[in-house]
Amino acid sequence: MSEHGTTLNIEKFGSASEAKALSAEADDWTLIIRPQTGWFDLHLADLWRYRDLVTMFVRRDFVSFYKQTVLGPLWFVLQPLLTTLTFTIIFGNLAKISTDGLPKILFYMSGITAWNYFGECLTKTSDTFNANASIFGKVYFPRLSVPISIVISNLIKFAIQFGLFLVFYFYFLFRGSNIQPNSMLLMLPVLLLLMAGLGLGSGIIVSSLTTRYRDLRFLVQFGTQLLMYSTPVIFPLSSIPEQYRWIMIANPMTPLIETFRYAFLGTGTVSWGMLGYSAVATLVIMTVGILLFNRVEKTFMDTV
Amino acid sequence: MSETVIQVRDLSKRYRLGVIGGRRLVDDINSSMARLLGRQDPLAKVDLLPGADKQKAARSDEMWALQNVSFDVEKGAVIGIIGRNGAGKSTLLKILSRVTAPTTGEVRVKGRIASLLEVGTGFHPELTGRENVFLNGAIYGMTKAEIRDRFDEIVEFSGFEKYIDTPVKRYSSGMWVRLAFAVAAHLDPEILIVDEVLAVGDAAFQERCLGKMEKVAGDGRTVLLVSHNMSTIQQICKECIMLKNGSIHKVGAPGSVVSEYLSETRVATNVDLTQWQDRTGNGFAKLSRMAFLNADGEEAGIFPIGTTICFDLETTYNRELIDPLFEVIIHDPAGEPLMHLRSEHDGLRIGKVNGRTSVRARVDNVGLYPGRYFVSARIAAGGRNVDFPRLCGSFQVTPSPGRHGDLRLNPKWGKYHLDSTWTRGDQ
Ligand SMILES: Nc1ncnc2c1ncn2[C@@H]1O[C@H](COP(=O)(O)OP(=O)(O)O)[C@@H](O)[C@H]1O
Ligand SMILES: [Mg+2]
Repeated sequence: MSEHGTTLNIEKFGSASEAKALSAEADDWTLIIRPQTGWFDLHLADLWRYRDLVTMFVRRDFVSFYKQTVLGPLWFVLQPLLTTLTFTIIFGNLAKISTDGLPKILFYMSGITAWNYFGECLTKTSDTFNANASIFGKVYFPRLSVPISIVISNLIKFAIQFGLFLVFYFYFLFRGSNIQPNSMLLMLPVLLLLMAGLGLGSGIIVSSLTTRYRDLRFLVQFGTQLLMYSTPVIFPLSSIPEQYRWIMIANPMTPLIETFRYAFLGTGTVSWGMLGYSAVATLVIMTVGILLFNRVEKTFMDTV
Repeated sequence: MSETVIQVRDLSKRYRLGVIGGRRLVDDINSSMARLLGRQDPLAKVDLLPGADKQKAARSDEMWALQNVSFDVEKGAVIGIIGRNGAGKSTLLKILSRVTAPTTGEVRVKGRIASLLEVGTGFHPELTGRENVFLNGAIYGMTKAEIRDRFDEIVEFSGFEKYIDTPVKRYSSGMWVRLAFAVAAHLDPEILIVDEVLAVGDAAFQERCLGKMEKVAGDGRTVLLVSHNMSTIQQICKECIMLKNGSIHKVGAPGSVVSEYLSETRVATNVDLTQWQDRTGNGFAKLSRMAFLNADGEEAGIFPIGTTICFDLETTYNRELIDPLFEVIIHDPAGEPLMHLRSEHDGLRIGKVNGRTSVRARVDNVGLYPGRYFVSARIAAGGRNVDFPRLCGSFQVTPSPGRHGDLRLNPKWGKYHLDSTWTRGDQ
């Protein structure tokens, strides 16, 4: 009996204190859904709250990559090898394009390794809406977590190719080739970050545009390829006549590739000014990308 | 003590028709080139309409899936949302779950929402059940630690201890829903939104889900539920909203809203189903007509208890089907399914069909208690739903003179009369 009474009292007390709390925060809505949020209503805090989701996506990518048939992972090893071989034969031996006096294999391979990371980030993130339409249609989460996780999980593939590059690199180093690793190696994380940012930024710009123009998707692969030829992957910047060089440098990937190569091999056209330009361009592209992406994600689901 | 946790104000949603699948860049370039050169746009629709009608035509490529919907939901309420297919139920839930943005209006929400809009929310087939639980939890905004805390509970609820380390690509669709619901229900959301997905699981699991939803509501959380199952709605909802053509048609106690919903089904002896909206299916064929006939093969809408009812189903095929299965479901006045007649059970093997067919299901000595009954019809083939118009017909059973008519049939104690033989055992 007394027990019962006690319980009752506690209940009463509970509801009373609850009432007080409620009246204090009567207008405390946690979420307001409105039609057109402004361009700058980015919910970036949401993205932080969902950071575990980003790691889950990365894990998913990794697991499904590694559960693939052997051919998938094997391809990541073969692709740079074959490309390097092709470039060495065609551009190096037949066309006799300069490699700044560096061993041809290392010259091409360094360019390809760095470029592949950027290119993978670009092509994969540009497919964000298309590849995730079914899940976007079912549940809300910050959509940006998908491209961000792609950029991170691509690091794994980069690591494989980078490891391969290092094998060749050390081989040439110990054979006493004319290569000088230098302090620019310390910039490596920054370079990667900028490449990731550039790939992410341009990828989500493309992915936003593809929701309107589906046929753009098929141009992405081709466009990325084309872009590679306007980046010093197969020729050094120094081989371009002075008066046209600015066209190349306008491509923010150019300084990144040149610096990457310079850090390991000791030859290349590198300046802080060019790197600074790349950083600013990356920032601009990413900002534009995020704004566009944020705009599109609101109504994308109505069009699939 | 009531607190409003969802406030919907003047919510409208407009879909633009014709943007599905997006446009092609080449088309836009073509059009603007043509405009630049002063030629006629090669892709413009030929329009013969004079000025005034043009505006109307321009608007006809839009459609308002929701129009000026306003309501409040109080904390701990279980709200049922009903309406015919295309009424806007899913659109409403999608806006609440932030999958799509409204066109006008505003929603205010207090607390975390977890929504279960469709089957298999974001499962990855290569990953195991365990990995998918974590992925799904994260998609719903849970942290890894939160999921780890609830993992055992989730697995236990789903009943998958044995399969939890199997890739989900080996799961059946029913299993996907079970796991998805298990995750969603254990998120401890302040608001749980469920759209018709529970129709997939087996009866025992559905029971468990309903129980869980009631429990969730009992804990002071809020549930919004879309269902075509009127008995589910009446069983667990405290209040019900009926949508019709994108607007709120009726709000109130489930009983009255459900009967309003069902009253739209006419008693007709011969129902043209071609225009029936409330249906699902893959479109390979369409049930085009349903008729009720008596023992003499005459169309009828009223059947005395104890007599014969025939259901005639006419089907129009869009492609050849092999051995389709026909079903008739008889619902009680509350919409709860009572009888399930299946051509398969009773031996109709129709073979390859195309064009048009007509099949008849005959039930003799119908023991349904007097009252009004609703009928759904279905055609399925190869285990897939081809066409399923719901609650599309209705007939009346009346008391009849003679044996059945003399019986006392109190619907409080029974729904169906079965003949039984009684003997005294102690003599
Ligand atoms: N993405 C879309 N584009 C165009 N119309 C749509 C789209 N989604 C739904 N609709 C239309 O909006 C209306 C409401 O659909 P929905 O909310 O799915 O209804 P319900 O769930 O009640 O069956 C329907 O007429 C449907 O055809
Ligand atoms: Mg729906």
